[in-house]
Amino acid sequence: MAQGSWRRVGQGRRSLGTGLLTLLLAALALLATLAHGPAHALTPEQALKIAEGDSDERIAALAQALSAGADQADPALGAFVEALLADEVKLAGGRVFIVQGDAARDAATGQAAPLPEGAEDVVNNNRIRRALEAARSALQLFSSDAAERSRAIDGLKDGADEALLPLIDRAMAAEREPGLKDKLEQLRAAVMVSASDPAKRLQAAQLLGESGQPATRALLLERLGVEDDAGVKAALTASLAAVESRLAWGERLGVLFSGLSLGSILLLVALGLAITYGLMGVINMAHGELMMIGAYATFLVQNLFRQFAPGLFDAYVLVAIPASFVAAALVGALMERTVIRWLYGRPLETLLATWGISLILMQTVRSIFGAQNVAVENPSWLSGGLQVLPNLTLPWNRLFILLFAALVLVGVALLISRTRLGLFVRGVTQNRRMASCVGVNTARVDTYAFALGAGIAGLAGCALSQVGNVGPDLGQGYIVDSFMVVVLGGVGQLAGTVYAGLGLGVLNKLLEGWQGAVLAKIMVLVLIVLFIQKRPQGIFALKGRSAD
Amino acid sequence: MDKPLGPRGWTGVLVAIVLIAVVVPVLNLLVPADSVFHLDDFYVSLAGKILCYAICALAMDLIWGYTGILSLGHGLFFALGGYAMGMYLMRQIGTDGQYRSEMPDFMVFLNWKEFPWHWALSDSFVAQMLLVVLVPGVLAFVFGWFAFRSRIKGVYFSIITQALTFAAMLLFFRNETGFGGNNGFTDFKRILGVPIDQQMKVLLFVLSGLVLVGFFLMSRFIVGSKAGRVLQAIRDAETRVMFSGYDPVKYKLAIWTLSAVMCGVAGALYVPQVGIINPGEMSPAASIEIAIWAAVGGRGTLIGPIVGAFFVNGAKSWFTVAFPEFWLFFLGALFIAVTLFLPNGLVGLWRKLMRRGKEGEA
Repeated sequence: MAQGSWRRVGQGRRSLGTGLLTLLLAALALLATLAHGPAHALTPEQALKIAEGDSDERIAALAQALSAGADQADPALGAFVEALLADEVKLAGGRVFIVQGDAARDAATGQAAPLPEGAEDVVNNNRIRRALEAARSALQLFSSDAAERSRAIDGLKDGADEALLPLIDRAMAAEREPGLKDKLEQLRAAVMVSASDPAKRLQAAQLLGESGQPATRALLLERLGVEDDAGVKAALTASLAAVESRLAWGERLGVLFSGLSLGSILLLVALGLAITYGLMGVINMAHGELMMIGAYATFLVQNLFRQFAPGLFDAYVLVAIPASFVAAALVGALMERTVIRWLYGRPLETLLATWGISLILMQTVRSIFGAQNVAVENPSWLSGGLQVLPNLTLPWNRLFILLFAALVLVGVALLISRTRLGLFVRGVTQNRRMASCVGVNTARVDTYAFALGAGIAGLAGCALSQVGNVGPDLGQGYIVDSFMVVVLGGVGQLAGTVYAGLGLGVLNKLLEGWQGAVLAKIMVLVLIVLFIQKRPQGIFALKGRSAD
Repeated sequence: MDKPLGPRGWTGVLVAIVLIAVVVPVLNLLVPADSVFHLDDFYVSLAGKILCYAICALAMDLIWGYTGILSLGHGLFFALGGYAMGMYLMRQIGTDGQYRSEMPDFMVFLNWKEFPWHWALSDSFVAQMLLVVLVPGVLAFVFGWFAFRSRIKGVYFSIITQALTFAAMLLFFRNETGFGGNNGFTDFKRILGVPIDQQMKVLLFVLSGLVLVGFFLMSRFIVGSKAGRVLQAIRDAETRVMFSGYDPVKYKLAIWTLSAVMCGVAGALYVPQVGIINPGEMSPAASIEIAIWAAVGGRGTLIGPIVGAFFVNGAKSWFTVAFPEFWLFFLGALFIAVTLFLPNGLVGLWRKLMRRGKEGEA
């Protein structure tokens, strides 16, 4: 998201650098138009002027041809511009040819013509190329396809100059879609703000204040630097303030969203822990490695789809979700049966043993898949994002994880509160002996519950594979954070985990914006340590009279 | 109060001192290199390193084996002691660094013109040696005071200490902190003006060994004293100790701070021997390894952690040469096996076997 907007700002600046020159050209072009009167098709003379001569003359000729014949979207001119951009134009004896493969045709008339001997390539430098690209966009302003028109406006934002004003005016008159009309108006203001007439500039400066584009802010800043008319300057400042306040909202919402996104990931990670640690009291240091297994399961499913069903590739995530759950749950069940079972009631020993398991799991994955990260690709419906504000795009994969975390949360809550297994788990947690007396197979319930927690870790890994790197160390980075969530949330219920996960995520991102990532993390850790001073049992402590 | 050691114990201590202070230096420095009795430099530096680890394991045992508090942040104290020593060693490089500057290379590289405030005393050996003790000690005291006062215990305490060392690692990874970022300190040249050559390394080895023996005797004394009894009572039933009129916070805080100081000293001895200190020493994994040394050797015995440190690190240096990819499998399996089958560690196993042997004889 941020990258995209930066690029746009950068381009805006570059195009403005050529602004002054184009001002001059525009005047030339205007004169030329007046002298010749409107002509509706590309003439051989025009084609020649565009193709031959020094850069300034060629650009002027292009502008003239555009303003003369563009309201009908002259197909010959369009084809000619395209051919120039594709380096398919040759010159010979005062005539201009478009050469595609072996076939040559006259650029103006479009009729096939044999290419004379000694035809020279027309070479376009970068400036001409930019002018050509702007011309292509300008021609597309009159396309019948609204999406193409919208693209054309976006394309012109960076390359337009005053020469195109008449064109934009005509396009505005012809435009029926209100949304596009607004965009055109913004475009017009962006072009006009560098016009030679102060009145025009003033009008444009005021108009620009209604924009919410990061590019507009850059444009206004740029103009503020060179503007010498006091009235226009005041208008520019006012507009800049307006644009900035609008942009600030986008940034604030962006921070909030990335905080929620991190929070949802922490929540997913911590939900598994809430079961294994919160309900069962097992410190599982291998939780991160169970996530890693989920992520690698996703990777395997992705590869299987790519190999055997490339047509269904987009659907692989739907298979990867259950696969990652099952893979991690099986490993979890195995862990519980072989190791953890013997350590109930000895949390410190459990901690060490599960740390040992985590080392073994990590090394196993490293031996099988290598120490390098593996590539997990987003399906097409998870790439890209939802543009909410001009400078705020919410990536689909992060939105998906937000939704996914909510669904898993609801699922776990229902499982614990409504199902027979959930009832047994709660019973065993509250009073193991009593549960055993009334016929609950506590050993089996333990295995199921632990496998469930592990499976949820696997789901978290599947989700993480969509936003981050998948490697043997994937789990290590989250283990401290996720234990913090559980410690902060308090043991024994899910609500605390939810609040703590989301709260820590948002807090982390807020502090990150203020102090940078590392200090933010340290501050969060210190805050947690201080918080636990006040409430050693977490946000939602279970009430009781135990002395311990 | 028990006597710290019986006659057999004192003999053992004497043998250890002779081995460390006489046998190893002679075999390494005086016996010619082509003799079968010559001890290679590699083994001296390995043993010196492990002696420092053994001090950490002993410190861990006091707090975990005898008081029941598992710290997953002891690597932090070890590293802090090491950094305090490293700062002094960096200043000792003088103008022999890459950039021929008074400032350490990394500061020249960062374009710093003067030393940050926390380097003010780094030129003085005495001051830095005080810091080796004070920094871990004060940090442990403050942290412990907050933690024990609000009765954070058990797994909570372990996790918070892990977070503490993790946070410190992140902090030390930053260049702005003034500790050389992720490269840390290295390329040391001198201590007190004396070049760090093989003789100096043997001297450091002897020093580490004697400090270990000293700490061992001190721990022995503490464990046998009345305060030591209270610590073990806290481990077994803290609430009952409290209801008997003792204040567990004081005891826990004292032993916790002492344990941290021991680790700091170990770090200070470690750094000149291995020639590098970086934030990797503060990683949660490094701290949890200290716990496994103690557990492998045998918690609740004082000789156990020393045995454990030698066993695990000896195995590590062998595995990482012979089967590098299997080392983590072995270490992981060790974690599991010790917790499942050897709750009293190697020493416990040995005692059991001896007892069986005696019963068999009888």
